[in-house]
Amino acid sequence: MILQALEEECSGCLACELVCSLVLFKELNPRKAAIRIRGEFPAPGAYRIACCDQCGDCAAACPHQAIYRKASGYWIDPDKCRLPCTLCADACPRDAIFFHADVPHAIKCVSCGQCVRYCPTRALVDKDGKVENMAPVWRNAR
Amino acid sequence: MMPGGYWNAILRVDLDRGAHWITSTGEALARGYIGGRGFAARLLYDELVPGTDPFGPDNPVVVAPGPMTGVFMPNTGKVTFAARSPATGLYGDSNMGGHFGLAVRMAGYDALVIRGRASEPSVLVIDDGRVRLLPAGDLWGLGSFDAEVRLKEKLGEDFQVAVIGPAGENRVVFACISHDFGRQAGRTGVGAVLGSKNIKAIAVRGTRSLPVANPRRVMQVGQRLFRHIFSLPGTASWTPYGTAGVTTLINEVGALPTENFRRGTHDHWQELTGETLRRRILVRDKGCTACAIPCGKYSRARLDGTERYVEGPEYESMALLGSNLGMARLEEVAHLNWLCDQLGLDAISAGAVASFAVEAFERGLITRQDTDGRKLAFGDYESLAWLMEQIAYRRGVGDLLAGGVRHAAQALGGGSDAYAIHVKGLEVSGYEPRNTLAMLLSYMTCDIGAHHNRAWAILHDIEVGRYKVEGKAEKVIELQHLRPVYDMLCVCRFPWIEVGFGTEHYAEMLSAVTGEPVTWEHLTHLAERVWNITRLMAIRDRPGFGRADDLPPRRFYEEPVEGGPAHGHHADLADIQRLLDRYYQLRGWDENGHPKPETLERLEIGPPAFARRPAGAG
Ligand code: SF4
Ligand code: SF4
Repeated sequence: MILQALEEECSGCLACELVCSLVLFKELNPRKAAIRIRGEFPAPGAYRIACCDQCGDCAAACPHQAIYRKASGYWIDPDKCRLPCTLCADACPRDAIFFHADVPHAIKCVSCGQCVRYCPTRALVDKDGKVENMAPVWRNAR
Repeated sequence: MMPGGYWNAILRVDLDRGAHWITSTGEALARGYIGGRGFAARLLYDELVPGTDPFGPDNPVVVAPGPMTGVFMPNTGKVTFAARSPATGLYGDSNMGGHFGLAVRMAGYDALVIRGRASEPSVLVIDDGRVRLLPAGDLWGLGSFDAEVRLKEKLGEDFQVAVIGPAGENRVVFACISHDFGRQAGRTGVGAVLGSKNIKAIAVRGTRSLPVANPRRVMQVGQRLFRHIFSLPGTASWTPYGTAGVTTLINEVGALPTENFRRGTHDHWQELTGETLRRRILVRDKGCTACAIPCGKYSRARLDGTERYVEGPEYESMALLGSNLGMARLEEVAHLNWLCDQLGLDAISAGAVASFAVEAFERGLITRQDTDGRKLAFGDYESLAWLMEQIAYRRGVGDLLAGGVRHAAQALGGGSDAYAIHVKGLEVSGYEPRNTLAMLLSYMTCDIGAHHNRAWAILHDIEVGRYKVEGKAEKVIELQHLRPVYDMLCVCRFPWIEVGFGTEHYAEMLSAVTGEPVTWEHLTHLAERVWNITRLMAIRDRPGFGRADDLPPRRFYEEPVEGGPAHGHHADLADIQRLLDRYYQLRGWDENGHPKPETLERLEIGPPAFARRPAGAG
């Protein structure tokens, strides 16, 4: 699965952040998610989505080999990650590596597809077309 | 042991002393009142001493999310703001979406209780466990949008901000609290109470994981219920238009308030529909936390070369700033909406107050001397926009109107109380109810004053017959016990009322969060308790409060409506009294509308905490 964000569809609901924190930590905490939504209001009235497309630049930049290739993408090995290094975040072209004071390693998308499945506006899609959006299409009402 | 879903922590802020501390939430409050509106009602019942000036330092502002706020389940983005209302003098609350409730919960609190008055304009900053007052001299006077932008620049994007505008600073009794560039806690004037405390804004950042009992269970239930709501046909048909999708129907049944509730149909209703909004001014769909059906219609409207970004207008603004002001163009309504948001005026009351002023002008009670030579007229954007500013800054005639229509009618005299459209001092919202008796009873008996969403009964009237009396009190009470459940959990009611997401899901949702079994019936029992507690507060706070306070404005039973399907008709006072008799009887209240001792016993409400303490203590 390759995550792709269609920012113009996003409603800023944070369902993606919530489900992601459940996937990664079994906790409800948008600030531990591997995807982040940021509003630009009042003008232009847009949402920016920072998310990972598994390009691997972080893995190349990590001096501790803490980011490794799995079938579904690049994963962080919490035992190898040595904070406060953060070189992966510097290398990420999409600002999609995150940190939280209570988490001893970098936080990164594992390409599970949950956010794609549950995004209510279909603003997140799988470029590979394998993970299905569960939300209905209603935008064409415009 | 505390149920899951709670921090067992209420943040207390004393602005007089610049102090803050934490008290425990306690099992009794958690299990007996759940959160949100339930917490607000019980905390104010316990701590608001009768006779407290709404603008006095001792009027506590309660900010209460619920145990479900921010959980990964459909539409969990709500939070309640409450205090003694300066508009009604009674318990007042308002419910707000966005992400503010989530932030309060992530900061580690079940509720905030704010008392006292800061010595200078300030922002209450809550950064997890760190709480401070930030001087806000530079923000005081700014419009809500500008203040929110400035605060986010100053503190960081990741702060969630609830802010008041100039109307709140100037204690306009229907001043709102704004958040996320378009979400408001609009009704009952809690914004003015914050203003009286010198609090321009509350800014919250939380980083903690929500204290749910069983995250795996939450995830499973959440996944299943998101899939379920996605599968409902209503999701795809309602969401594109949001609340303004209802305009066509409401106009058709003759309930679209028009020109100060003289009529229930508007010639230009087509300008006020969600369809027109979507086609002409929509920028994007915008939702609250975990919203499956984003009803926020974020728009950009151009008027005479000026472009404004505004969330909406949603249905209530379409009605009160649109048809009720006789407006003929969507863009003008959107600009009035923007102006109310920026000034920090509740769009519902502001529209109703302005329509009252126009009628008073037509009847010669307000004259050109009061309006700098302007003519106040329905459909006249310029004069109405000017009036909104006068109100927010309490200038000239605006000062009179800033007290709401009840106050203005008392001051103006000349029989203007006949067309002051309010109940208990709160202006009637977007449904012209004189030919729909359940909706009328709903407005009459709503605890905070004439607000529609405590029991949205109008479709029931259309279904069973407008003037039928039998069964209406039953229906209104049923709805009045349903709604507080949503407000206690702090979840949105639109999945239920608009897209058919059944009430049967909520017990399961809550018990995944608390780890304790619960039934829907039990939750509605708690809702009845909340309904009685706010009634008790009204009785103890306002000497003489009773049946007369439940009567609707005279226009609704003396003046026939002009035009529409109910043309020439109005409600009958004898029917209204019969409805009230039945309503009180069903509720276990006496004929003056006071809960009987056995009712209070059944609901296990007990005396308020302040009455249990010796005089002068704590
Ligand atoms: S779930 Fe979808 S609509 Fe909601 S914030 Fe994430 S990307 Fe945007
Ligand atoms: S694919 Fe999974 S891990 Fe990646 S952002 Fe979405 S929910 Fe998080």
